[in-house]
Amino acid sequence: MPVVSYIEAIKTAMEEEMERDERVFILGEDVGKRGGVFRATEGLYERFGAKRVIDTPLAESAIAGVGIGAAMYGMIPIAEMQFADFILPAVNQIISEAAKIRYRSNNDWTCPITIRAPYGGGVHGALYHSQSIEAIFANQPGLKIVMPSSPRDAKGLLKAAIRDPDPVLYFEHKKAYRLLKEEIDNNEEVIEIGKANLLQEGADITVITYGLCVHYAKEAAKELAAEQGIEVNLLDLRTIYPLDQEAIINAVNKTGKVLLITEDNKEGSIISEVSAIIGEHCLFELDAPIKRLAGPNVPAMPYAPTLEKAFMVNQDQIKQAMLDLALF
Amino acid sequence: MSKHTELGLSEEEVLEMYRIMLTARRVDERMWLLNRAGKIPFVVSCQGQEVQQVAASFALNREKDYSAPYYRDVGVVLALGMSIKELMLQAFAKAEDPNSGGRQMPGHFGSRKLRMLTGSSPVTTQVPHAVGIGLACQMNNDDAIAFVTLGEGSSNQGDFHEGANFAAVHKLPVIIMVENNQYAISVALNEQVACEKISDRAIGYGMHGETVDGNDPFAVYKAVKQAADRAREGTGPSLIEAVSYRLTPHSSDDDDRTYRSEQEVKQAKENDGLISFREYLIAHNILTEENEREMEQTIKSLIDEATDYADAAPYASPDTLLDGVYQ
Ligand SMILES: Cc1ncc(C[n+]2csc(CCOP(=O)(O)OP(=O)(O)O)c2C)c(N)n1
Ligand SMILES: [Mg+2]
Repeated sequence: MPVVSYIEAIKTAMEEEMERDERVFILGEDVGKRGGVFRATEGLYERFGAKRVIDTPLAESAIAGVGIGAAMYGMIPIAEMQFADFILPAVNQIISEAAKIRYRSNNDWTCPITIRAPYGGGVHGALYHSQSIEAIFANQPGLKIVMPSSPRDAKGLLKAAIRDPDPVLYFEHKKAYRLLKEEIDNNEEVIEIGKANLLQEGADITVITYGLCVHYAKEAAKELAAEQGIEVNLLDLRTIYPLDQEAIINAVNKTGKVLLITEDNKEGSIISEVSAIIGEHCLFELDAPIKRLAGPNVPAMPYAPTLEKAFMVNQDQIKQAMLDLALF
Repeated sequence: MSKHTELGLSEEEVLEMYRIMLTARRVDERMWLLNRAGKIPFVVSCQGQEVQQVAASFALNREKDYSAPYYRDVGVVLALGMSIKELMLQAFAKAEDPNSGGRQMPGHFGSRKLRMLTGSSPVTTQVPHAVGIGLACQMNNDDAIAFVTLGEGSSNQGDFHEGANFAAVHKLPVIIMVENNQYAISVALNEQVACEKISDRAIGYGMHGETVDGNDPFAVYKAVKQAADRAREGTGPSLIEAVSYRLTPHSSDDDDRTYRSEQEVKQAKENDGLISFREYLIAHNILTEENEREMEQTIKSLIDEATDYADAAPYASPDTLLDGVYQ
């Protein structure tokens, strides 16, 4: 089996889907000749041509809005936002339009668009190239949001997003692009949207997270198991909207102790909703207060290395939080 | 040669155009009555814009082109195939309304069958959608085109600029028609834009731009027809500005006496394109006393029937509240 990086997995998913279905096309800034500023679409312009890998003007609302129009026609657009931070000019198109097209037309029109956006920090990207902006969209029924944590998931979830009959936001972690590599067989795995993934079972504590934090949590759990014999039950949300409530409840009930992790600011984040679900459904199963580990409540991640490091949730913090919870 | 024959329009076609314009006006008038009688909570009017709406629609290929109309386009949607009954169903927000099943306010049109994109309330979002349709047509060698309308105030939104620019760069088959009715709720044209004409903006996008008298059906038809021909030939999008006047308050919730004079409205009513088109048809013996009477009667009875039907039709069951969020 070939070893594939997270970004190669993304590219391969698009390539295979474009190959499979002629209606699939890409539009975004610099996605064509340049192959994307991160090279996520590298080679696709050469392979599929300028009509299916479209360099658009620098205008995010049009990238989303034109994609939405094409999707209503019956095409399957993959719109790329160069950075998740710059999705904000397109929020109206995504929330007022894409999310509501099926509902407002009473099932007459549909909008099968995928919007990809690189998110996340730890890449010296400063305030506007580091943000996690998923929470903005995570209370909008009509949208689905996936955030893959590994190359295999990146590929399988992107294929699922492209095949989904409704709009899907696909947030990919920039730091994961070349950091994460794994063997993926060349099969056509499509990972179901809406289902969380229990990555490892453990009896002592439950950790629930998503995106790149899953990687850090996995590594921290490995160390804790080796050093202290603590067994972590690790749930990767995979789809952060709508949440897989059943998987969350089962994972929490298994250990009665839960740590929730996000790279985003704590307030009003995805893990806020996860903790509300736990509060609603698992109160009498809990043996410790819900513990949350998240970015600090400052507007966004600063540039200077000291400040960036202080902002980012890291493996050591996660390990410490896991240990504290296990000992509670 | 008369104006309509010059444009290749038959007597039947111009009469049909007039019938639809008149239908739009009468439907709209009925909706105000229903609103004032407490039967329907909201009306947003087409009055004053029917001529340009219907004339423009007739310049399209109504069998295959796509449209993204805005909330005033009763004339457009009628011309493109929506029935009076369907219009009444959406006014009453009944389950059978094909636009949204009563989920949206009146005036939020959409029908997949008619290739009419579903519209929303935030203005101008439909412009990039129409451009996306144009893009898809181009990609699929489909010789359909996309026709999108909006108000002049709405032409200040970012989506107007983003959509127009995208369409021009990729030479997409799109017609953007700005229905300039001189007001955006209470804000008059000179407080919306500093340019002389909305169509002046076309230069900045590198597309064809043209301003026409929205009360003149022939001028509108000609401009949109030529725009459609250019779009189909692959020479790109056009920006057509049709100038008319909003004869009613912005909506049933507005009181226009707070920002414009009754004198101004009265004068605009005298210039109503529906009056001059009627006179043209009479002068050319296309509209006679007899067929006019018959036309009015037919429209009235269709509206009566549609009103009774829509009034009696059931609302969506509360059980359907959760339907259609996802497939
Ligand atoms: C983004 C947005 N802002 C404000 C409104 C409220 N609003 C509805 S219609 C309107 C005026 C629109 O004027 P114009 O574009 O000239 O169209 P007209 O109603 O005159 O046909 C406003 C401000 C809205 N619907 N959407
Ligand atoms: Mg106006």
